[in-house]
Amino acid sequence: MANKLEVVGLNAWFGSSQALHDINLIIPDGAVTAIIGPSGCGKSTFIRCLNRMHEVVPGARVSGQVLLDGANIYGPGIDPVQVRAKVGMVFQRPNPFPTMSIFDNVAAGLRLNGLRRSRSSLTAVVERSLRQAALWNEVKDSLDNSGVSISGGQQQRLCIARALAVEPEVILMDEPCSALDPIATTKIEALIYELKQKYTIVIVTHSMQQAARVSDFTAFMYLGRLVEFGPTDKLFTTPEKKETEDYITGRFG
Amino acid sequence: MSYRRRRLTNVAAQGAAIACTVAVLLPLVLIFGYLLTKGVTSLNLAFFTHLPAPVGEPGGGMANAIVGTLILIGLACLFGLPVGVFTGLYLAEFGKGRFGWAVRFCADVLNGVPSIVIGIYAYTLLVLPLKSFSAYAGGFALGVIMLPIVARTTEEMVRLVPNTLREASLALGVPSWRTSLRVVLRTARGGIITGIMLSIARVAGETAPLLFTAFGNQFWHHGLRGPISSLPVQIYTYAISPFDDWHRQAFAGALVLVALIFLTSLSVRLLTRGKVHAAR
Repeated sequence: MANKLEVVGLNAWFGSSQALHDINLIIPDGAVTAIIGPSGCGKSTFIRCLNRMHEVVPGARVSGQVLLDGANIYGPGIDPVQVRAKVGMVFQRPNPFPTMSIFDNVAAGLRLNGLRRSRSSLTAVVERSLRQAALWNEVKDSLDNSGVSISGGQQQRLCIARALAVEPEVILMDEPCSALDPIATTKIEALIYELKQKYTIVIVTHSMQQAARVSDFTAFMYLGRLVEFGPTDKLFTTPEKKETEDYITGRFG
Repeated sequence: MSYRRRRLTNVAAQGAAIACTVAVLLPLVLIFGYLLTKGVTSLNLAFFTHLPAPVGEPGGGMANAIVGTLILIGLACLFGLPVGVFTGLYLAEFGKGRFGWAVRFCADVLNGVPSIVIGIYAYTLLVLPLKSFSAYAGGFALGVIMLPIVARTTEEMVRLVPNTLREASLALGVPSWRTSLRVVLRTARGGIITGIMLSIARVAGETAPLLFTAFGNQFWHHGLRGPISSLPVQIYTYAISPFDDWHRQAFAGALVLVALIFLTSLSVRLLTRGKVHAAR
């Protein structure tokens, strides 16, 4: 399996406090990688470094390298905007654009990037993305309704469809189910399973069961450091590090 | 607290809230009613289509003043809205430092400057060098009055836009300037329009800044480089005159001015409501 992303000596700061310490990690292509760890261990900060969203926060900075298909996304002259188009992101709380319809939400990435397309090709992209996000059948008759008129679980799938519409190569998910009920969570997990056929997925989750269910590889982080990384079944059955074992057996965190 | 006492407190609080609401609405109703009874008798087609009649001659209208006011408001918007909205956007999105603080402070001071002073400012800046009262000078003065109102409401409204929407847009690979314009401003649109309407309503009735800038005109204006009539100035001129006929005309003018503001607010609101209704 090829390496999609390679993280080399990554450090991240918020102002003067260091949130990530020397992370080295390889994220394989076409697989789901889960990041687990207690709150505040830097999981979210870590994946936000993978599409240069970390630096959006005032005072935040990064050192080290993140190689996307071998090219450093923090290299000189690299436009973060281009990186984000290749590495999409789904956030913790569903955040569809409230002033836009369902259709416009999915089309937003293309429209806002100034890619003028004919209405018919745009319609095709919207339908394809909504189908990929397993939302099409539920909203196909109400595409003109507001993006926030649907349920929370549907909104989150709408956000996934919105991310898919710009045809990224990697999708980062920051606790995508933490604001959803169990049924909506099941749907998103089934969707993640479908999406890994085409995309590389990195998912941050608080739920170890979820990590075990959806991921092929799991990384355990603690206090801003990567403690252990390996195939999910191995990490959950025979962890190498004591901290990992303590965490997955519920002894702390 | 017993149930009975809680209920009484509730009724009292609700009653007080209703009473206060009525107290706020009452002046508006009274003013409008007074204008209606005093002004409606002088309203006729001629009022909207004719120029003011000379003293002693009955009839005549304020057609030039109505058009003049619309032109002045248009010019004020042309200057005040873009500058105001972008200043507000700047303050909300980037104005965290010392400079932002200074701009905010200046905007608040500008908001408190008496409008006649702004009239004198426009007079010095535009009327003296161009050696003529002009619609441009009047529109500019009104625009300056709009500026702080528009900038500050835009800032407040943009601040209310959740950061998650900005991030959603950035994560789609949208550059940050486009995110500000197409996502943030769009989301804040409703509140910004309210601020704009408030500022228009405020300047539409301004008289003082127009006295030395647009000056007033008993006839149709000749281009925007010359003096132009406006409803407030016309009302003022008529109201301080000793003629009963002019007093009646002044009431009719005031009624038209209020109705004009009312109709613009209403139509802008209806037109910009859009097909998508944002949920709260």
